[in-house]
Amino acid sequence: MALVLNEDQAMIRDSAEGFFKAEAPTTAFRKLRDSKDATGFDRALWKKMAEMGFAGVLVPEGHGGSGFGYVGAGLIQEAIGRNLSLSPMLSTAILAATALLVGGTDEQKANYLPKIASGDLLMALASDEKSRHTPNHVATTAAASGNGFKLNGTKSFVLDGHVADKLIVAARTAGADGDTDGITLFLVDPKAAGVSIARQSMVDSRNAAKVVLNDVQVDGADVLGGVGSGWAILERALDAGRACLAAEMLGVSAQSFETTVDYLKTRDQFGVKIGTFQALQHRAAHLFCEVELARSVTLRALQALDEGDDRASIFASLAKAKGGEVAKLATNEGVQLHGGIGMTDEFDIGLYMKRARAARETFGDIAFNGDRLAKMMGY
Amino acid sequence: MSDALEQFRSETRAWLEANCPAEMRLAVTSEDETCWGGRNFKFTSQAQKDWMDRMGAKGWTVPEWPKAYGGGGLSKEEAKVLSSELRRIKARSPLNSFGIWMLGPALLKFGSEEQKKHYLPQIARGEIRWCQGYSEPGSGSDLASLRTSAEDKGDHYLVNGQKVWTSYADKADWIFCLVRTDPTVAKHLGISFLLFDMASPGVSTAPIKLISGASPFCQTFFDNVKVPKENLVGVSGKGWDIAKYLLTHEREMIGAMDTGDARETMAQVAARKIGLENGTIADAALRTDIIRHEIDAWAFALTMERVKDTAKAGQGVGALSSMLKYYGTELNKQRMELLMSIGGSDGLLWDGDNQGDGDLSRSWLRSRANSIEGGTSEINLNIIAKRVLELPGA
Repeated sequence: MALVLNEDQAMIRDSAEGFFKAEAPTTAFRKLRDSKDATGFDRALWKKMAEMGFAGVLVPEGHGGSGFGYVGAGLIQEAIGRNLSLSPMLSTAILAATALLVGGTDEQKANYLPKIASGDLLMALASDEKSRHTPNHVATTAAASGNGFKLNGTKSFVLDGHVADKLIVAARTAGADGDTDGITLFLVDPKAAGVSIARQSMVDSRNAAKVVLNDVQVDGADVLGGVGSGWAILERALDAGRACLAAEMLGVSAQSFETTVDYLKTRDQFGVKIGTFQALQHRAAHLFCEVELARSVTLRALQALDEGDDRASIFASLAKAKGGEVAKLATNEGVQLHGGIGMTDEFDIGLYMKRARAARETFGDIAFNGDRLAKMMGY
Repeated sequence: MSDALEQFRSETRAWLEANCPAEMRLAVTSEDETCWGGRNFKFTSQAQKDWMDRMGAKGWTVPEWPKAYGGGGLSKEEAKVLSSELRRIKARSPLNSFGIWMLGPALLKFGSEEQKKHYLPQIARGEIRWCQGYSEPGSGSDLASLRTSAEDKGDHYLVNGQKVWTSYADKADWIFCLVRTDPTVAKHLGISFLLFDMASPGVSTAPIKLISGASPFCQTFFDNVKVPKENLVGVSGKGWDIAKYLLTHEREMIGAMDTGDARETMAQVAARKIGLENGTIADAALRTDIIRHEIDAWAFALTMERVKDTAKAGQGVGALSSMLKYYGTELNKQRMELLMSIGGSDGLLWDGDNQGDGDLSRSWLRSRANSIEGGTSEINLNIIAKRVLELPGA
């Protein structure tokens, strides 16, 4: 597929850019942050996102979605990155929808996908247990019990876990910690006996929860995919998350870059615009190149997911690794080139740096994704 | 694919089968086997000459140039078919030429009808080998300050001055040259674009030995060289526009170098030289460096692809093409550094008994010039700052 947006995709981009700029700009982010809002995002906004077709971006039209695909999801994420808009887009519309689409039975799809698309169901993926992303480290156990399983373990960094109506939990039904075989995914009611959820506020003012499972009884019908074969579903959901986070980071990078270039054109020192200094011009010009590279890898990763390309995992890790490095550079250069005011809470550039840091850690940084990529390439 | 295009493919395949000599389907193993054409070129084999002559006669050395100027007159789609058929039989390039890569595109845009009819067919057939007279000892990055003068003497120009970094000037038949025709106006406005014969009285060349041991560049001297007035391309004083057009072309070409997918990947080289342990390169720290480089290289290759696809979709690529030269050459230098690290002491060999000894160290040294020739990295960053970012005073 050509590495350009088609007409439909260009329309999605334009409508997403317009929507988030108008409905969820950084002022809205600050309001939610400063009021320590219990939900962490605006439910009315999520409803509007459902009406726009954003919540159901991956859900097929037959299940009430808009079926824009991963390129569409990435374009929405890019606009979210540009505006630091808060919503359960990643947790529900991307991670959970992907897991259901890949691993769900017809019944599960019919039960959950329409509600995701309509904005009535929030879901969260509970997979990570270590502080550094290591998805095959699953120590949470699922022991056969009655006509189902009993879950025990602790999950960390569960995005939007504090508001989810349904959790997707990775637990081990066989094998040893570190094995990819023997992992099973379960749909768990957060209100079930033995589930305790503690919200953790993060540096980027988003929410990730710690979820403790203590003898939580689940039904056999709540298994997502086959028993012991949850890894492939989990990988695909995480790859979708990686590619879409790369897209969000692209928005973060592009916005930081543009804000910084504007600042170079307006700030006076020594009687001239600081943008006249070659030392700063070259840093800005280099950053321009890096943002363009991030744009290319991100689009390829999203297209690969849409096409079912057998290199989709490779491209997802490539985009996440490169996108994260570019977001680090763009936001750090942004703060440095803004000088003292870049350190103030009043200016937005620092907010972008915080989001970039969190997005880089989520589902693996360049160390994790570079290593994964190299292993998939045979070195 | 349309029937007409399928028909073209089968005809092309048959013609290539009949006309591409078997020797010209073998991999090039040394620089001598590259065909540059020209009046004094020493062909290494009859097959090399036949291949150039046959492709030149058909205009397929320049498939998309108009037939009237010696080209193949092919559409973009047909040219793609031709290149895929050439790749299929692993055919060597019939002709390498600065005429094809640089002067031709400039003449097509700025030349008079007479000039196009005269010079372009000679380029297509490989009859004249061209060199480029741009840089001067005092005019490198600040190219527009060039001082080689061309004095209007009525029916001819009298050219005096010195050029440097003239690629293969000692082997070229003609030169396309930037000269100052008006020293009284602003530096960009007094430059003209002249073509002349390197055999003209008063032209001399001296090769420059480089750190790689090779001498692909020359100093070129002009001492009262008479150049006919009709050899001026475009308008007197407007040569800078042609120079800029050509440099853009050249930068895209240099930026695109070495991204071919035929080469052994760096990871493959590392696996061969260092070995694998549990499926990963045995030197963990070096592996990390390789991974980071490969991520950047892949991201760059995808960006090249995106630029091409964007152009094909009829969208502007101005902002994107300006970064290719800068990023591509910096990446290539980094790649050569890493290959030297992977090679260890083997990479340091200079002369030796084995074929290939010294190749890596010489290529490493050669690659240092990538970010200098055709506009330094710093000049290209200036251009991005000015034209893309529109920063003040850039």
